Amino acid sequence: MSLATFVQHLLTGISLGGAYALIAIGYTMVYGILRLINFAHGDIFMMSGYFMIFAIASLPWFIAVPIALIGTVILGILIEKTAYKPLRSAPRMSVMISAIGVAYLLENLATYLFTAIPMAYPEIPGLKRIFTFGEITTSLVTILTPVLTIILTIVLLQLINRTKIGMAMRAVSKDTEAARLMGIKVDSTISMTFLIGSLLAGIGALLYFTDRMTVYPYSGALPGLKCFVAAVLGGIGSIPGAVIGGFIIGICETFIVAFGYSTFSDAFTFMLLIIILLVRPTGLFGEAAADKV
Amino acid sequence: MTEKNKGSLVSKDTGKAYASGDGKAFAKRKDPHRGRNLTLTVITSALFIALMVWYQKNAYDHSYAISIIERSAIYAVGAVAMNLLTGFTGLFSLGQAGFMAIGAYVTGVLTIPVTARQSVYYMNGIAPWLEKLHLPMVPAMILGGLAAAGFAALIGIPVLRLKSDYLAIATLGFAEIIRALLAAPMMDTITNGSYGINNIPGYKNMFQPLLIAAVCILVMLLLINSSYGRAFKAIRDDEVAAEAMGINLFRHKELSFVISSFFTGISGGMLACYMRSIDTKTFQVTLTYNVLLIVVLGGIGSVTGSIIGSFLINGGQEWLRFLDEPHAIGAFQIPLFRPGFRMVIYSLLLMIVVLFWRSGIMGNREFSWNLLFQRRRKKKAEGGET
Repeated sequence: MSLATFVQHLLTGISLGGAYALIAIGYTMVYGILRLINFAHGDIFMMSGYFMIFAIASLPWFIAVPIALIGTVILGILIEKTAYKPLRSAPRMSVMISAIGVAYLLENLATYLFTAIPMAYPEIPGLKRIFTFGEITTSLVTILTPVLTIILTIVLLQLINRTKIGMAMRAVSKDTEAARLMGIKVDSTISMTFLIGSLLAGIGALLYFTDRMTVYPYSGALPGLKCFVAAVLGGIGSIPGAVIGGFIIGICETFIVAFGYSTFSDAFTFMLLIIILLVRPTGLFGEAAADKV
Repeated sequence: MTEKNKGSLVSKDTGKAYASGDGKAFAKRKDPHRGRNLTLTVITSALFIALMVWYQKNAYDHSYAISIIERSAIYAVGAVAMNLLTGFTGLFSLGQAGFMAIGAYVTGVLTIPVTARQSVYYMNGIAPWLEKLHLPMVPAMILGGLAAAGFAALIGIPVLRLKSDYLAIATLGFAEIIRALLAAPMMDTITNGSYGINNIPGYKNMFQPLLIAAVCILVMLLLINSSYGRAFKAIRDDEVAAEAMGINLFRHKELSFVISSFFTGISGGMLACYMRSIDTKTFQVTLTYNVLLIVVLGGIGSVTGSIIGSFLINGGQEWLRFLDEPHAIGAFQIPLFRPGFRMVIYSLLLMIVVLFWRSGIMGNREFSWNLLFQRRRKKKAEGGET
């Protein structure tokens, strides 16, 4: 593999990793606060792709993008309110089954509303512009994705470490009951978590689908699971961890495909999950907690 | 988290052993309705068998009903196997589809008639040692179950150290790995890679799958009511307490995992004979979700619940089929009815069960005539008051 092809694949991998990182943040935040694998998160991401397709059909892109993002956020909060909130005091398994149910419902709903045939994802003007550096050709979206991911992560970290709502989130994820006693509105804090998670998934969808060009009802299922693996890899509950996990998985996957083992690219992700769970269950950056494993 | 986990999972069968039909409790306390129950059991079984015989006699006219019953029986085995793990041992595993895939592939590959092999493997050729290897259906299924169990024993050692959702996601990961391995180019001469295998001989009549399913479920039922089963329930209810009582946690978890995977493998083999052609796409996560939803609907921790759930869900998917067809009132075409609507309604119903009816049809009780009559009496009493 020559240097140029290597750099080319690396760029693709970093770009894919950026999109994964944005979705993984949603998983890690929800897991940190509710101890729930939000199986529906990948499907929220998929729905966001469809929202964009329909928004841009009749509106200019600079209005369509915010509308698609708002739609994604509303969907995320709606799912939290209807499917997870009634089960706050239920055993963890029930909530997880509910999450699986929501994922199933969203996939079926998308098949019903938009048919199973992949739909073309619209091009946002300028995003697909091609750059050439010597032998390497790349598009704007490939470069934009990791940059945007890192900027958003920094903003999010500031939000969590510096603001009042961020403090509330940290408190709720440490100890829900104690946080409630301190006068923190637990429910609205959880909604806020879903809001941020869905917003980032929406931005991730925008970048991911611009690169992939088609959306179909199951296009969120596998990326969703992979992003959960990314969150576990980085240490669940840790936002920088999720971002780094996302990048690692994105880059590894791209190189496995590049070397011609594309059948194993999904299996590799899960191998990574199992290895990390056995060797270092708290992940790369996670805090040690007794009840995880 | 263990305290929270208990909630609905904890069985109330210590107090209600009598109503739940626990074998031991029955023997100790004399059941006043024993004669009636026995008669009812005999009559229903006779009616059921008569119906099946009638269906089989007129198999040509009722092929559709027969295929639903066969599929229900197959899913019932898978669901009871999952329940053994989830409902009785408290291990939430999402690896069902992977173990079913192993069972299905072993059964499928071994039962394809030798004469048909060349046409099945026309793309990649067949491995020489496999070319003449042929087994009848039932031994092939058992071998498939054993293969699944062997694999489960292997991955159980590391994976069963994990708890709740981590266990779920790890087993789900393994299922995906199995799927990738089966489709891998290196396995082409054995599994036929991504082309899948076909020409698997089907069932000769509908009694075959029903009988296999009945035997499998009976074995699992016996296991649940044995001392091992009680150890499983103890682990589910409180691991620490179970360990303190001298139950070897890992050994019992591994045992439950391996046995559950064995029967999951068999249900996979049954599915292969039912579908007659399989590929790795059949065994995606959706299959696991389907089995899980049967378990949830029937009640986590109820064998009879899983069986009822399986028949209801497989039947229900067919009864709801009218939702997929266009309907019109006069000239007005009702816009909602088009392909896909059935699955939306179906998943909505399942969400409603999960949210508002968490214990499912049976909760963690088993079906018994006493329970049925008690319920009716209760209803009557309630009706009388209002």
